[in-house]
Amino acid sequence: MTQLNEAVIEDKLIFEASDFTRKSSSLAPDIDVDTVAKSLPEHLLRKSDLQLPQVGELQVVRHYTSLSQKNFSIDTHFYPLGSCTMKYNPRACNTLAQLPGFAGRHPMAHSSMSQGIMSCLYDLQNMLMEATGMKQVSLTPMAGAQGEFAGVAMIRAYHDHNKDDARTEIIVPDAAHGTNPATAVMCGYKVKELSTNDQGDVDIEALKAMIGPQTAGIMLTNPSTLGVFERKIKQIADMIHEVGGLLYYDGANLNAILGKVKPGDMGFDVIHMNLHKTFSTPHGGGGPGAGPVGVSGRLQPFLPVPMVALKDGQYYWLTEDELSLSIGHLSAWMGNAGILLRAYIYALLLGREGMQRVAEFATLNANYLLQRFADAGFEIAFPERRASHEFILTLRKEAKQYGTNAMDFAKRLLDYGFHAPTTYFPLLVPECFLMEPTETEAKTDLDGFVKAMELILEEAKESPEVLKQAPYTLPVRRLDDVKAARELDLNYYQSHAE
Amino acid sequence: MPYIPHTSQEIAEMLSVIGVDSIEQLFNEIPPELRSDGLDKIPSSRSEMQVQRLLTEKSMQDGTPLCFAGGGAYEHHIPAAIWEIATRGEFYSAYTPYQAEASQGTLQVIYEFQTMIASLTGMDVSNASLYDGASGLGEAVLMSVRANRKAKSKRILMPATVSSVYRQVVETIVKHQDITLDIIDFDRTNGTIDICKLKQQSEPFVALVIPQPNYFGCMEDVHSLTDWAHEQGAMVIGLVNPVALALLEAPGNWGTQGVDIAVGEAQPLGIPLSSGGPYIGFMACKQKLVRQLPGRIVGRTVDLEGKSGFSLTLQAREQHIRRSKATSNICTNQGLMATTTTLYLAFMGRDGLQKVAASCVQNTQALIELLKTSPGISFPFGTSVFHEFVITLPADVEQVIEAMAEEDIVAGINIFQYYAQDGLENALLICVTETKSTEDMAFFADTLNKVINDLTGGAQ
Repeated sequence: MTQLNEAVIEDKLIFEASDFTRKSSSLAPDIDVDTVAKSLPEHLLRKSDLQLPQVGELQVVRHYTSLSQKNFSIDTHFYPLGSCTMKYNPRACNTLAQLPGFAGRHPMAHSSMSQGIMSCLYDLQNMLMEATGMKQVSLTPMAGAQGEFAGVAMIRAYHDHNKDDARTEIIVPDAAHGTNPATAVMCGYKVKELSTNDQGDVDIEALKAMIGPQTAGIMLTNPSTLGVFERKIKQIADMIHEVGGLLYYDGANLNAILGKVKPGDMGFDVIHMNLHKTFSTPHGGGGPGAGPVGVSGRLQPFLPVPMVALKDGQYYWLTEDELSLSIGHLSAWMGNAGILLRAYIYALLLGREGMQRVAEFATLNANYLLQRFADAGFEIAFPERRASHEFILTLRKEAKQYGTNAMDFAKRLLDYGFHAPTTYFPLLVPECFLMEPTETEAKTDLDGFVKAMELILEEAKESPEVLKQAPYTLPVRRLDDVKAARELDLNYYQSHAE
Repeated sequence: MPYIPHTSQEIAEMLSVIGVDSIEQLFNEIPPELRSDGLDKIPSSRSEMQVQRLLTEKSMQDGTPLCFAGGGAYEHHIPAAIWEIATRGEFYSAYTPYQAEASQGTLQVIYEFQTMIASLTGMDVSNASLYDGASGLGEAVLMSVRANRKAKSKRILMPATVSSVYRQVVETIVKHQDITLDIIDFDRTNGTIDICKLKQQSEPFVALVIPQPNYFGCMEDVHSLTDWAHEQGAMVIGLVNPVALALLEAPGNWGTQGVDIAVGEAQPLGIPLSSGGPYIGFMACKQKLVRQLPGRIVGRTVDLEGKSGFSLTLQAREQHIRRSKATSNICTNQGLMATTTTLYLAFMGRDGLQKVAASCVQNTQALIELLKTSPGISFPFGTSVFHEFVITLPADVEQVIEAMAEEDIVAGINIFQYYAQDGLENALLICVTETKSTEDMAFFADTLNKVINDLTGGAQ
């Protein structure tokens, strides 16, 4: 049986199925390559091998279909990956974004041939302004991290414009996403790490001690990555503004508050939104994302371009010609336009009523799950606090008593048919699971997930080895990450050169 | 309720478990003075049928014109099977493969992607992709500086033959790292890097960027440029079109040593034009630079039974581990687009990609032949090109583009707007790929002649 399986393409790499004598493609034009090549400068022609696989069309289809089946995904599994908002991606968003007029439009097509897409983007800008309470929105950043970059670059442009060059520091809480400090450094700032108190709030005294004329700004996520709402946000905003700094809102957790409270009303000067989270565009195995930025009035002149503007009933691209202080272009054209379109379609389908329900049911699901886990005897990291759309469970007790750490629980969950929550983030909480069920999950699935965790807890008590060896039922058993990093194999042809 | 499966009984049960009376109570930690329920400016919910109708109207408004524009975004035939497979829920709705055992599909696809990109570029290793070609070039510039921390210079030589939109993006990305981007002028007679002016550079520099083919569609003398930069002790960043690499030498083999970093836009490999995104940047480098790469990287390893498998590796470079000391702030790659690109290269294979490239070259020369007889049109850089070329028009280029648009043709890109100082008055950049038939090209040439005739009052 094993031998049979090995003969089948599904278990191979595509390169292993290749045969350079195969001529099967009906997908390419019929042309004599050598004749054409002669018309190009001889010394610039490719002399090195072009090692691309030669495989039949059906065999390629089967290979990748089979690979897809080795994935967990929202469409196939509950996927409570905290901070990633793995909610249902409505199929209509994808189908409509691929209509020929949208998919086939060249980014430099004349504006007379672009009024349709521009009207969509213009409406999306306005909807995002309303949802976040910001004065203006630019859609171009291509991912959350690029939105962060745009945001901090605007903070820097603002201070530079005011000739306020003593501001060299950005404050980032210790619980923040790693992208926050990495972004601050890309924008030429020093990072000051701010501590969190035992209730999951920012340590106000520590903040007081670190702000001053050197403070360019602070980057905050609210609700924070600890899954709780920062209750003193207004006080923090006032403190930062008083010393002349600006507030950056990391929109990773916008799903928790959509329609309930707006970053603009909390006092933030600039925000980015992860449309692949809150507005349900596909995660695609890790991108593409979209990370639009919104700003208050004082940062408006610095927004990245292009944006869509409307004049005399005609939409047009607003560029640095009109916005001379703009931080500039972040992509060759209009960012991930096709992703923006999917977010727009999602927003139309939800409408204002649907958007309010997002935060409501995401919060209901998270608090229900939290309570069920508490009742089942698991330790909640911040039991005194109300969960937002996500919460943290710590398995430190289980690690100590049974020798089974959070990763062991995570891997065993896969055997039960659930994608694991985010593990070991935030770094502040030992052996943690950050769980975000999202609003689109049904109660029965949440109950099933709790049941699985209860069973795994029993296993941890009875036979901890079962967890430590997990998973058992997936295409591979637990993988050796150390070997992967020590004996780098990143390229089939390089590693299998004869 | 759209996408919310809860029944009223379930809601009641859940609230009772939590111990609250209403969903509203779950928001009681938000200070009341900050609360705002108003989303008045957002329209009411619509059914899928209504939204489909609206979006269909909007897409039809933009039409499906005949496209002769390139400049970094290229129309190629996309095999039907690609998007059927890429949008399978298992690929489309999965996330970054943090749980490797539950993500072997995505991980193997990325490993195959890395292998294909390394092969195409002739480099040792590739990362799992970047946002797009323009920001990828920005990351390559940052990487070259990172790899030369000891060098005093942070100067990059950036030819004017690199797309000006790419140069703008690079500038935005590297602005706060004290990096200088010095523009190298181009030769007015052939549209390639002005070698004389380049060789006059006396100050040290970190890297030279070499585009192939360049923005004007012309082919740079990549071998001598690469060797010259290496002789100066600098690195070379090759900015390449992946389709052209089927016929043109891979950057890994430019000159005697090959480039250090190869970067580019993989959109031509199976990704629709889609108004400029989502696209996908690719980046490959020499083995010794692998720890300087930004973004995700997938490695092949074994499981505890010794079976081959894949996982994210070299994560110690990345922001979620290194935080402020990471090689980049990049978190996601363009996973779905990497899947698409891999599918495209698997379907086309070596022979298919070569045929696509050859067809582009042949069609481009065919249109050039037609336009050679057009009165008033000239070819400032000649006609030795890959699949794009520049013409100068005897009429206002913006007016020509507008008039062609009325005939449902995207005529090309007005590059006078980017090169106004360089004597490229009324210059148009035209691209022809394998998607154009003989009839399409004849229609283009005839329409262009007619438009010019109308605009110049028959003076041509």
